[in-house]
Amino acid sequence: MKAPDFAYVRPASLDAALALLAEHGEDAVPLAGGQSLVTALNMRLASPRLLVDLNAIPDLAGVSEAGGQEGGQEGGFVRIGAMTRHRDVGTASVVRERLPLLAAAMPHIAHPAIRNRGTIGGSVALADPATEWPACCLAAGATIVARGCHGERRIAAEDFFLGLYATALEPGEIVTAVEFPVPGPDAVWGFEELSRRHGDYALVGLAATGRRAGGRLTDLRLAFFGVADRPVLARAAAAAVEAGDVAGAQAALAGEIDPPDDPATKAATRRHLARVLLGRVAGRLREDAAPIGTVRGGGLDGV
Amino acid sequence: MASESPDREHAVAFTLNGEAVRARVPARMHLGDLLRGTFGLTGVHLGCEHGVCGACTILVDGRAVRACLMLGVQADGATVETVEGLTESGRIGDLQDAFHARNALQCGYCTPGMLVTAAELLADETAAASREEIRAVISGNYCRCTGYHAIVDAIATTAEARRNRRETAE
Ligand SMILES: Cc1cc2nc3c(=O)[nH]c(=O)nc-3n(C[C@H](O)[C@H](O)[C@H](O)COP(=O)(O)OP(=O)(O)OC[C@H]3O[C@@H](n4cnc5c(N)ncnc54)[C@H](O)[C@@H]3O)c2cc1C
Ligand code: FES
Ligand code: FES
Repeated sequence: MKAPDFAYVRPASLDAALALLAEHGEDAVPLAGGQSLVTALNMRLASPRLLVDLNAIPDLAGVSEAGGQEGGQEGGFVRIGAMTRHRDVGTASVVRERLPLLAAAMPHIAHPAIRNRGTIGGSVALADPATEWPACCLAAGATIVARGCHGERRIAAEDFFLGLYATALEPGEIVTAVEFPVPGPDAVWGFEELSRRHGDYALVGLAATGRRAGGRLTDLRLAFFGVADRPVLARAAAAAVEAGDVAGAQAALAGEIDPPDDPATKAATRRHLARVLLGRVAGRLREDAAPIGTVRGGGLDGV
Repeated sequence: MASESPDREHAVAFTLNGEAVRARVPARMHLGDLLRGTFGLTGVHLGCEHGVCGACTILVDGRAVRACLMLGVQADGATVETVEGLTESGRIGDLQDAFHARNALQCGYCTPGMLVTAAELLADETAAASREEIRAVISGNYCRCTGYHAIVDAIATTAEARRNRRETAE
């Protein structure tokens, strides 16, 4: 199918983009990588009057480390510009060194041609509950930075994802960056995802971060995706894993997720798969072996 | 930049398969239709028009992208290469020979997208291009005919031949 009729504009500054969004109100939407929006237009699931293309705005893309002291000290963070493409997030050397969780998650996002164009800002703004970046934001305690006509707001990931495709963004606001705290030297992390075919949306996924000192796991954050209308922090399960009770964690998880039920995948199947992923990640986080993460594809084999 | 004010049609200028080109495009037209309709580059195949099948894959500024998920107006200022341009430049001649030798196409509908996707992988000299990696990369390109093994064979053969040539050259 072909897209409906709309007008297009490519402003050369963030202020110009914000002014256009303010002027045109509900008729206008920002265009980032277009990997979800142009799909929706081609399928006529969306019919905005005006697309405000963010691709020519300088400084909206790029990864940098700031604050704190170099070397993973408290207080530092990695700032990822909203227009940074999925592939560039995952391959940035700062990300590979400081935020290996994101580097491990990136290859699970769609296919190379889509990762070359889709952006982290577009992904968090869209808030598809089956996707990787929102869950990573939650697991890593990220802050979403948004600009509107009245200035800048910083929103914790926990307060940002509100439901199915619903976020704390106000109309006319643009996500400008996502900031991730730099984990300390005792940090551990895990990432697992199951999908039907490499690059497909996750049936169930899990992004985890924590600390391990003296054989003890603390500050564990387990962010599941594909299991509810938004990514979910499984707090009771995390507490049980910290206490060394993985079976208890798997039991606790049942009360923390509310998986969708669709003809291809029953809710009960997703619950089972979430327990399986929890078992895998918890087991490996507790081991003294090197921190884990899969950079390979999904696939149900091995479940 | 003409596209600094909202409009339903815009003038674009970009580099297409090595030549400077210009066109006027309706904002709603995706790049796949612009390349096929205005420039006659029918090697850009359109299957699903929502990013799933990979038949429309082209290179923009050296990177593989879906021509159906970029607007024609967004090509302004970019360097665009289609399978026609890659073919004429001879850059994928070895890959095309391998596709032929390995019987890696039947109806050929997916082939341009497969070639462009593989071209990007093979251009990255740091990539191992293992069979597993090749499978992961072409998972975004549907082929209804070949069952994929022959395509994986063709790409893997090309990767190995290029590696050998690089090592001999060193
Ligand atoms: C076949 C296919 C498979 C896919 N599989 C996956 C997958 O497995 N995992 C995954 O995560 N994604 C997947 N995607 C989606 C892809 O990652 C998208 O790129 C992403 O969801 C949206 O990012 P974008 O930059 O393309 O945004 P766009 O499509 O341009 O925009 C998406 C929405 O966000 C809004 N928006 C964009 N940027 C901003 C901003 N900075 N501030 C405010 N609002 C903004 C837009 O107005 C629009 O409503 C897939 C897509 C396709 C076509
Ligand atoms: S036509 Fe573009 S991906 Fe199918
Ligand atoms: S050769 Fe027919 S679709 Fe691939």
